[in-house]
Amino acid sequence: MEIARHWRLKKQRYALVGEVCPHCHAKLFPPRDVCPECGGEAKTPYTFSGRGKVYSHTTIYNAPEGFQEFAPYTVALVKLEEGPMVTAQLTDLGDQEVEIGMPVEMVTRRLRTDGDERGLLVYGYKFRPLELYQVAAAD
Amino acid sequence: MRKVAILGIGQTPVGEHWNKSMLELAGEAIFGALQDSGVETVDAIFVGNMLSGILEKQEHLGTLIADWVGMRGTEAVKIESACSSGAVAFRNGLIAVASGEIDKALVVGVEKMTDSLPGTTTAALATAADADWEIIHGLSFVGLNALIMQRYMFEYGWKHEDFASFSINAHANGVHNPNARFRAPISKEQYLKAHIIASPISILDSSPIGDGAAAALLVPADRVFSIEGKPKIIIAGSASATDSLAVHDRKDPLWLSAAEISAKKAYNQAGVTPDNIDFFELHDAFSIMAALSLEACGFAERGQGPRLALDDEITIQGRIPVATRGGLKARGHPIGATGMYQIVEVVQQLRGECGETQIAGAKIGMAQNIGGSGATIATHILRVE
Repeated sequence: MEIARHWRLKKQRYALVGEVCPHCHAKLFPPRDVCPECGGEAKTPYTFSGRGKVYSHTTIYNAPEGFQEFAPYTVALVKLEEGPMVTAQLTDLGDQEVEIGMPVEMVTRRLRTDGDERGLLVYGYKFRPLELYQVAAAD
Repeated sequence: MRKVAILGIGQTPVGEHWNKSMLELAGEAIFGALQDSGVETVDAIFVGNMLSGILEKQEHLGTLIADWVGMRGTEAVKIESACSSGAVAFRNGLIAVASGEIDKALVVGVEKMTDSLPGTTTAALATAADADWEIIHGLSFVGLNALIMQRYMFEYGWKHEDFASFSINAHANGVHNPNARFRAPISKEQYLKAHIIASPISILDSSPIGDGAAAALLVPADRVFSIEGKPKIIIAGSASATDSLAVHDRKDPLWLSAAEISAKKAYNQAGVTPDNIDFFELHDAFSIMAALSLEACGFAERGQGPRLALDDEITIQGRIPVATRGGLKARGHPIGATGMYQIVEVVQQLRGECGETQIAGAKIGMAQNIGGSGATIATHILRVE
């Protein structure tokens, strides 16, 4: 079930809260105790905009246990506009072909369900095409 | 530090061993290595294994295996570093003997994978990646490699078919290895038609899982003498390095920096350059990993790994033969055992035991074992002395 484990990460999973290093000003996501850029202590929260571009992507057909009901689905490396890269699923794609460099933005979605219908629902960030959303909003 | 030699080796075929337990497999490889060495007891046992806790519900494996092979009382430990568990266990055995603390170190890599359903195994393998930041997003281990390969193709302009020669070469060599999981050649047509697991990676880019065990006995080099058909084989270079577990945290996701670091250290220790390496048992878990490994170890320019395969430079007659016994692709990839299979195969080449895929006059061989998608990488250089 790992309820506490998911609960501990709620700020990161729901709002992309990472850190900014007070020493070298590197933006970090996910947060960590030591800045990988300068080796200093990093504890200052920083909320990312949630916008970025697709660095790479894959469509997974043979899924691990716990994700088989969703297959096939697309996972991407998303380069956030502030610098760091995150791994996340792409969602709301419709008929759109995924391309490297495609602008995307963070949305909150169900990541997985633990166990049966009474199991824990784990929510977190996924990314959707930025342009698609803007077109839909304009309609 | 003392110079260390490999006295004997043992292995089981890689396959679906429905009728054999993890312990029986480990025992078979260990007894093979002891018989090959002409010794009956050892001072310490190092076990390379990743998944026994998850797939076999069994930890405390070092002690269990010591008892199983009739060495109750002997010091033993399991070492885990995902797919590189085998080579890292080997390196720990080496350090123990080199230090003078241990005289006879037995290293065995073992993995039992076919007792579980495929989805369970896929999820277990994924634990090699970052659970909170990669796996929660439904990424499989294949998926991680697929993200790297997709970007690599985009960055350097390669097409999927340009990677075919890695798999074709591995299968062609595996035909002649009685311990290989797959002993049938594959064609370019088959490669192009293979079904996609995680785009762009197809089943014929991917190494198969399997059950298996491989072992070696390490002793101080000054206690070993060359005999006919069994030259003295020493470990001339050994190093291990790490990178971030998560691919997204890497400075350059298309460069295996841990391979570069460990290979350079091993070259320096052995006093050689890539030009001196007669053959290279690399970690071709996926065709993209073979390309990246060749680049990071100095056999190809950045982004040009597939060129070596396209130009037939990786075949037995080529400039740098790889996967000479089938590699992970055809011999199979029993995770924690794989690094030890590579060591055993390098020894076989240096002894001249490889028949159809023997590299004439091979004197220096290299093995590189990759844990995760490049997070732990151990490189070993063996040479005939």
